[in-house]
Amino acid sequence: MRTNNILNLGIKELRSLARDPVMLVLIVYAFTFWTYTAATVMPETLNRAPIAIVDEDGSPLSTRIIGAFYPPHFLPPALISQPQMDAGMDAGNYVFALDIPPDFQRDMLAGRSPVIQLNVDATRMSQAFAGSGYVQTMVSAEVAEFLAHHRADPRPTVALELRARFNPELNKSWFGGVMEVINNITMLSIVLTGAALIREREHGTVEHLLVMPVTPFEIMSAKVWAMALVVLLAATFALTVVVQGWLGVPIEGSIVLFLAGAALHLFATTSMGILLGTIARSMPQFGLLMILVLLPLQLLSGGVTPRESMPELVQIAMLAAPTTQFVMLAQAILYRGAGLSVVWPQLVAIAVIGTTLFSLALLRFRRTIATMA
Amino acid sequence: MSTAPANRAPVARLTGIGLRYGAVRALTGVDLELPAGQLLGLIGPDGVGKSSLLALIAGARAVQTGRIEVLGGDMADARHRRRVCPRIAYMPQGLGKNLYPTLSIFENLDFFGSLFGHGRAARAARIRELTAATGLAPFIDRPAGKLSGGMKQKLGLCCALIHDPDLLILDEPTTGVDPLSRRQFWELIAGIRAARPGMSVLVATAYMEEAARFDWLVAMDAGAVLATGTPQALLERTASDSLEEAFIALLPETRRRGHQAVVIPPRPGDGDVAIEAQDLSMKFGDFVAVDQVSFRIQRGEIFGFIGSNGCGKTTTMKMLTGLLPPSAGQARLFGQTVDPRDLDTRRRVGYMSQAFSLYTELTVRQNLALHARLFALPEASIPGRVREMAERFDLAGVMDTLPNALPLGVRQRLSLAVALIHGPELLILDEPTSGVDPIARDGFWRALVELSRRDGVTIFISTHFMNEAERCDRIALMHAGRVLATAAPAALVAERGADTLENAFVGYLEAAAGAAETAGPAAPPLLAAGTARRGKSAGIQRWLNPRRLLSYSRRETLELTRDPIRLTLALLGSLILMLVMGYGITLDVEDLTFAVLDRDQTTASRDYALNLSGSRYFAERPPIRDYAELDRRMRAGELGLAVEIPPGFGRDVARGRPVAIAAWIDGAMPTRAETIQGYVQGIHAQWLATRMAQSPTGAAAEPMRIEVRFRYNPDVKSLVAMVPAMLPLLLMLIPAMLAALAVVREKELGSIVNLYVTPVSRLEFLLGKQLPYVALAMINFALLWLLAVTLFRVPMTGSLPTLAFAALLYVTAATAVGLLISTFVRSQIAAIFGTAVLSIQPTVQFSGMIDPVSSLVGPGALIGRIYPATHFLTITRGTFSKALGLADLYPSFVPLLLAIPLLIGLGVLLTRKQER
Repeated sequence: MRTNNILNLGIKELRSLARDPVMLVLIVYAFTFWTYTAATVMPETLNRAPIAIVDEDGSPLSTRIIGAFYPPHFLPPALISQPQMDAGMDAGNYVFALDIPPDFQRDMLAGRSPVIQLNVDATRMSQAFAGSGYVQTMVSAEVAEFLAHHRADPRPTVALELRARFNPELNKSWFGGVMEVINNITMLSIVLTGAALIREREHGTVEHLLVMPVTPFEIMSAKVWAMALVVLLAATFALTVVVQGWLGVPIEGSIVLFLAGAALHLFATTSMGILLGTIARSMPQFGLLMILVLLPLQLLSGGVTPRESMPELVQIAMLAAPTTQFVMLAQAILYRGAGLSVVWPQLVAIAVIGTTLFSLALLRFRRTIATMA
Repeated sequence: MSTAPANRAPVARLTGIGLRYGAVRALTGVDLELPAGQLLGLIGPDGVGKSSLLALIAGARAVQTGRIEVLGGDMADARHRRRVCPRIAYMPQGLGKNLYPTLSIFENLDFFGSLFGHGRAARAARIRELTAATGLAPFIDRPAGKLSGGMKQKLGLCCALIHDPDLLILDEPTTGVDPLSRRQFWELIAGIRAARPGMSVLVATAYMEEAARFDWLVAMDAGAVLATGTPQALLERTASDSLEEAFIALLPETRRRGHQAVVIPPRPGDGDVAIEAQDLSMKFGDFVAVDQVSFRIQRGEIFGFIGSNGCGKTTTMKMLTGLLPPSAGQARLFGQTVDPRDLDTRRRVGYMSQAFSLYTELTVRQNLALHARLFALPEASIPGRVREMAERFDLAGVMDTLPNALPLGVRQRLSLAVALIHGPELLILDEPTSGVDPIARDGFWRALVELSRRDGVTIFISTHFMNEAERCDRIALMHAGRVLATAAPAALVAERGADTLENAFVGYLEAAAGAAETAGPAAPPLLAAGTARRGKSAGIQRWLNPRRLLSYSRRETLELTRDPIRLTLALLGSLILMLVMGYGITLDVEDLTFAVLDRDQTTASRDYALNLSGSRYFAERPPIRDYAELDRRMRAGELGLAVEIPPGFGRDVARGRPVAIAAWIDGAMPTRAETIQGYVQGIHAQWLATRMAQSPTGAAAEPMRIEVRFRYNPDVKSLVAMVPAMLPLLLMLIPAMLAALAVVREKELGSIVNLYVTPVSRLEFLLGKQLPYVALAMINFALLWLLAVTLFRVPMTGSLPTLAFAALLYVTAATAVGLLISTFVRSQIAAIFGTAVLSIQPTVQFSGMIDPVSSLVGPGALIGRIYPATHFLTITRGTFSKALGLADLYPSFVPLLLAIPLLIGLGVLLTRKQER
């Protein structure tokens, strides 16, 4: 092994990349606008939710309740009849339908505790659960305020003071921005190395390299360091300029420690890119393979939804994925300000995964070259 | 210019033809009249515009400037093209480029036959005739990709002849084919012409020996015609002995300058052995690529390897360089056994592989310097060495140019310079002169001669040009993995008693093959059956012919079943994605970790904590002792929720004094935090209600109650809600992608030319491609549905037939979207990412998966209302969760029904029937 070869071949990779406008645009776009949009379009739980109200009471109180729903959380309520309600919900036109019974106001003032029915279309999971709580709170508040004019009712309670740590307002763009950077690190490192290897195979330059005094290990190491360096620089830019600057997300922990973790992660993902590049025979096959590999890696890593929501078997299996470890590490460092004493197990895990992937790739690399004729 | 025999109208007349690809001028001002009923040759080196001209005449490429008349009509007129296309056959350049490599000989021929409207019985009979006449019959079930070069060309010819054309256009039909197969090929053509004297044959070729036997020639250079006439007339005009010399003489003065004939001085004595191969063999599975090859090459010798494509030359060379470990036998370089791990031998060898394999992204200088560094030349000597090579190979003027901007001959010199940068003692060159024009080839050879004779470099070179073979000191003739003979060229000729090296080679090949593979010229039945069939197929010029459509479907299905990665994606892709998404995007969170900092330690405080740990949503961790620990454990991500119960909690609650419990949620992941928030609030409220009910004072009656009915999904389960919403996404993404790939693959691999030159209409082409993917998508739908109701336990409350019918309409629309996308992308990789972006984005954002379409505003709302996924989503939710049937959902079927003809119609309009 000669470090000189690794260095020279790596510089060659960088020069090749510099002449590939498509990849350059992809890198720049992914780490700037893409990251920004992904962070800002994270949907709010309730966004112009369509609601219908069947007002069978027609009292000042029911009018008051109707007036409580307005944009941006809700669309102005549609006032409909009971039969229209069922048809409208079947057609998926309304997520919520509130049925105010006849004589609602009179019964309530008389202490007969009347019942309002709230129908929720529970096929719209994202809105149904949080939204029904929200609708209930609003109706209760309107009723309470209405009642406040009629009677005073002090009642002692045990209060629950809830606070969210690390992101007090549960601002979704804080989460979305950082996670997008993480996803891009994984995606780009796999695409760049895999595509670089396949391009060399398609152009016949790999075999050309192999008749020179260069070993497969050197060729692979060169690709790994060159592509990892590019992605790492782009990620640093994205994190400091786009996420911290443009999006204004506060970062608690040490960015240096995060980048060290990212470098290790890149060792694993670039090796994976080479591995996929040895399996696929052509660019199109590589593209199809990417879809089948990258989506599970990202969706099940805990970077999109909490790991707690997955079946236990999936949770355990996904511990072997570099993305899962990296997401855990990144969340700990960037959100919770964790230090080396907390994240060392993830660092060790990524190093082990990376070494395994690299060895596998090296093995296959030698073998596929042998059968390329 | 000599004139053609004027007995008939010309088969084609070209006036003022010009063609450019972007800024590159491929043809300028070509005026030609091609005489009918003759064997016409188009000669000239690669890249002079021969192929472009043939594609224009065949109607495969659209006319840009000028006018082309073929078979008595204007080729710019689509109606004329449609009328004459059954009378023209076009075989594009590249071995078997318009064939389908995974299909067998029979399947390929059967496909072409059905495109020309022949019935099953007629096709089978015709295929029997053609394969018998060409000697392909014994191999009829072998895939086209596994045929030798010669057999591929014969198959290509059979495909072209299946409909008895009046004009046969062959673009370099014999490039890379061994001399015997080449000879048989021309005998075949002669036989066909004898049987059908009216047929005109137009051939492009780079072999001047071949062209000498043609009736009439067009010599081309740099996109223009140099001369036309019979071979004899061209020789007389230039006073040359051979066509190659005549061609060089016809070139303009500037091109010819500096050209000298190659002179090879005799080699001084014998040296020691540089390369030795002993019973070298290579097997790939069952296939023996190289079979017990032995030879010795002496130091300073120029040793040639002659043979067709795929005969094992490249594999042998790779074994000698150590790229491939041999299956058996030994290879020795300089007396040492070749060891792939021995880097020192590699420093003594220079290798130039078949295709141009330098880095096209690096400049000439960077390429040279990189290779110098990789061979570990001392850093200080590198600039000097680079300059030296640049001067020697005349590259000084292009040092900062990218290789792609250089002519092929210059690139070839660069490759040689790179292979020599480290001063090797041995050069291994694998077909270094393929596709290079005669002048550049001679220049290249002068450099080789100088290396051998002056510097004593041993040169091992493979080629299929006989005049190059004649320049070698010794040659080995190779065929089908075996060396037939090794000797000096003159000795070989003498031994066979032949007049030329080519004839000697053919003699060796015939002796080796015996009579088995040699087939006589075309049999007369070709003609007799032909004329009758023409009359029948002329009547089928309709725009929608079920036979042509189904032949495309059948072919697509066959190809798909033979491509494991695409097939896996087609059958299992959606299933895998559904599993991943089902588990990856669910919002049902359970077993969230929490711990309590209990500063009260009374029954009441323990009761509160128990209330939390008793819920299925939370899992309790060891209690927290102090704030520092709370902070540490939350930072480590161990706790999703930390609850602090203040001192005196039990006492205060009992006395009805206001008291506050503090809770911290890990907000790192906001969606999870929101869920935790909801759970904690719910459990807290429940705890309050229970306490109030138990309190001695009793609770005041609530003023009113809100009764929440979660309709369609009473348990509020994520999967029940999400699975119906995933169907539209999954049945769009992969079917659309596969349909787009099906078309774009043909564009990229070149077989799209069959759409251009056969009677198949665009509608037949697209529908034929679409059909198998609709069927596959329906299989996918069945699998997804099964997965949903079994593993994910999503209850199916409505009508399954309604859902299945909607799915059929939807996947038809989805594949049509893919076909539409295929009309504006060129490469497969762009098709994959293009469909991914274009199908996921609107499906996720505008179809009502997340926000209902009624919430959307602006263009999103418009897209949402017309996008097929929106309506299919209403149907999936309706049939899965809302217990609805066709009677309730028919309004959503109307847009789906409308979308299909609209999308396919657009696809047909945007698909081109000619290359531009």
